[in-house]
Amino acid sequence: MSADLSQSPGHPPSHGAAGPSGSNRDAPEPVIKVRNLKVAFGDKVIMDGLDLDVMRGEILGFVGGSGTGKSVLTRTILGLVRKQRGTIEVFGENVDDLEGAARRTLERRFGVMFQHGALFSALSVKQNIQVPMREYLKLSPALLDEMAMLKLEMVGLKPDAADKAPSELSGGMIKRAALARALALDPEIVFLDEPTSGLDPIGAAEFDELIMTLKETLGLTVFMVTHDLDSLYSACDRIAALADKRVIAAGPLATMLASDHPWLKAYFGGERAQARLPAGQRRS
Amino acid sequence: MASLDTAEPQAVFHDDAGSLAIELTGSWSAERAPRIEALVAEMGERIASVSRATLDLSAIIRLDTLGAYVLNRLKNQREAAGGSVELVSRQPEHAVLLAEVNIHDCSVPPTVHHFGIVSVLVNIGEAMVRFGRDMVGGAMFLGEVVVGSASVMLGPRKFRGPPLVNQIELIAFNGAPIIMLISFLVGCIVAQQGIFQLQQFGASAFVVNLTGILILRELAVLLTSIMIAGRSGSAFTAEIGSMKMREEIDALRVMGLDPIEVLVVPRILALIISLPILTFISAMAGLTGAAVVSWLYGGIGIDTFLARLQSVITWKHFAVGLIKAPFMAFVIGLIASIEGLAVQGSAESLGRQVTASVVKAIFMVILVDGLFAMFFASIEF
Repeated sequence: MSADLSQSPGHPPSHGAAGPSGSNRDAPEPVIKVRNLKVAFGDKVIMDGLDLDVMRGEILGFVGGSGTGKSVLTRTILGLVRKQRGTIEVFGENVDDLEGAARRTLERRFGVMFQHGALFSALSVKQNIQVPMREYLKLSPALLDEMAMLKLEMVGLKPDAADKAPSELSGGMIKRAALARALALDPEIVFLDEPTSGLDPIGAAEFDELIMTLKETLGLTVFMVTHDLDSLYSACDRIAALADKRVIAAGPLATMLASDHPWLKAYFGGERAQARLPAGQRRS
Repeated sequence: MASLDTAEPQAVFHDDAGSLAIELTGSWSAERAPRIEALVAEMGERIASVSRATLDLSAIIRLDTLGAYVLNRLKNQREAAGGSVELVSRQPEHAVLLAEVNIHDCSVPPTVHHFGIVSVLVNIGEAMVRFGRDMVGGAMFLGEVVVGSASVMLGPRKFRGPPLVNQIELIAFNGAPIIMLISFLVGCIVAQQGIFQLQQFGASAFVVNLTGILILRELAVLLTSIMIAGRSGSAFTAEIGSMKMREEIDALRVMGLDPIEVLVVPRILALIISLPILTFISAMAGLTGAAVVSWLYGGIGIDTFLARLQSVITWKHFAVGLIKAPFMAFVIGLIASIEGLAVQGSAESLGRQVTASVVKAIFMVILVDGLFAMFFASIEF
């Protein structure tokens, strides 16, 4: 498995070239390094002996069957779920060694978009985006408003969405507003939990494009839990698959398609996946 | 890429006959916002006095959206005033970031605030319109409930026994202990206060008249109704509301079942049966409390209390309390059902409607009690 993990991220040519982290592209370094991870709830073992690398500047698509613990892994990396064993290194630092202020400094470099947005319902969209800014930064009121509007614009929301309550937003707008909040502190790694679930295909494609654009302009590393085959095909540089309590394969799409693991064969060999391939690559 | 960098942002000014070159160093990121804002203000003043300025970003260690935004804003503001500002950098990612912040218009839309008398009048007007709509909606719903009840009466096959019995258990049986407890305590308190005040006139024996009439005519039914509005009315709203939220009401409709008949009529019927029972229990508990305090605090023996009670209390006082109970039950059930069916998709909406249900039900219970008091007074009952 380690052979799979150490593969260099396959950047499609269209995503290459200039970007804030362009200089780092040649020598990919893992920003998140998970080794031998075990997570269990009571007697129920969710993950055992899981290894995973997330490289700087890539969009990693994380797939797995329902209930295999994709979200649990995300939550474990974020420190929301306790692990039984194993190490998690972020930016080269073991998260277990970080306490108090150091831990909070690390968390500021994360941006998280939860599956259902998790926007604070009592606050307007603009106030939601400003929550982390108010907490961590010292901005003048005018600049605070302008920065919130900038984030709002960057995720493609109209200015009139700023003063709306989360309950007034459509599904796609909630996802965008949640992404804007995740980007509030200019994070280096963004975790997206099923960003396109519940969106129509057009909205989902727009969201994928948005994430690719933001990756280029802000130099983000994106860790994306997803079920959406379209996202995997169009947006992700690399894919990691979770099954049998560990990562069974990680690499570009071609690696997934070439894998002999039964779950991956079923996932990428199914009719819905095959329909997305050019005719020549389809399995007979 | 530097991590959360602590290098202080700096601006070095090179004045050169009418044009200004500014070299920026350090970390121009959000953590350094106060310093950056001060620097940008200073740069703005210096730039304003020259026609041409060049900002060199090459030596910046870390530039994030905030740094890029304020520098770009500085450039745009000066150019709008007729000057010329150039942002140059040898780092290609700076250009990408500057281009990204430049395409977005971040002006904050002005928020409209209404102050003073206008907003007060608007609020009053909105409240009146809402009140009117509530009344119309309530009347319409009342009609639906009457039709639903009638169709249940006429078609006994539609009568749902088990949910009715289940609801009676939840309302009357499970609710009895707490209602007995608070009625007993209120009975004690009224008797104690009555004795304390009447003693001054040497008329402490009249406490029996006071507590007997007060508890039977008003307190028992009011306490019970308020308790049931809080206990069962809120439960109805929450149950019906969560069914509405999860489209269960719509599922009933498409199966050809009338949610009024299935959900509302059994609950209202259960309330109408339970509330008089609870009112009676409450009255007995209240009188017991009054008797106990009269004996221990006022020195009126239990036998004296009972004899006096028998002489001053007629069946009328007892009936007045009980007659009101089914009407209270109907009001509580109706409001709880209306509010439950008014729930929209979100959990906040459910919470709001449950609160509204309890507040409106208690208000209406007290209002109806007042109307009854006027009615009974005018027919001298």
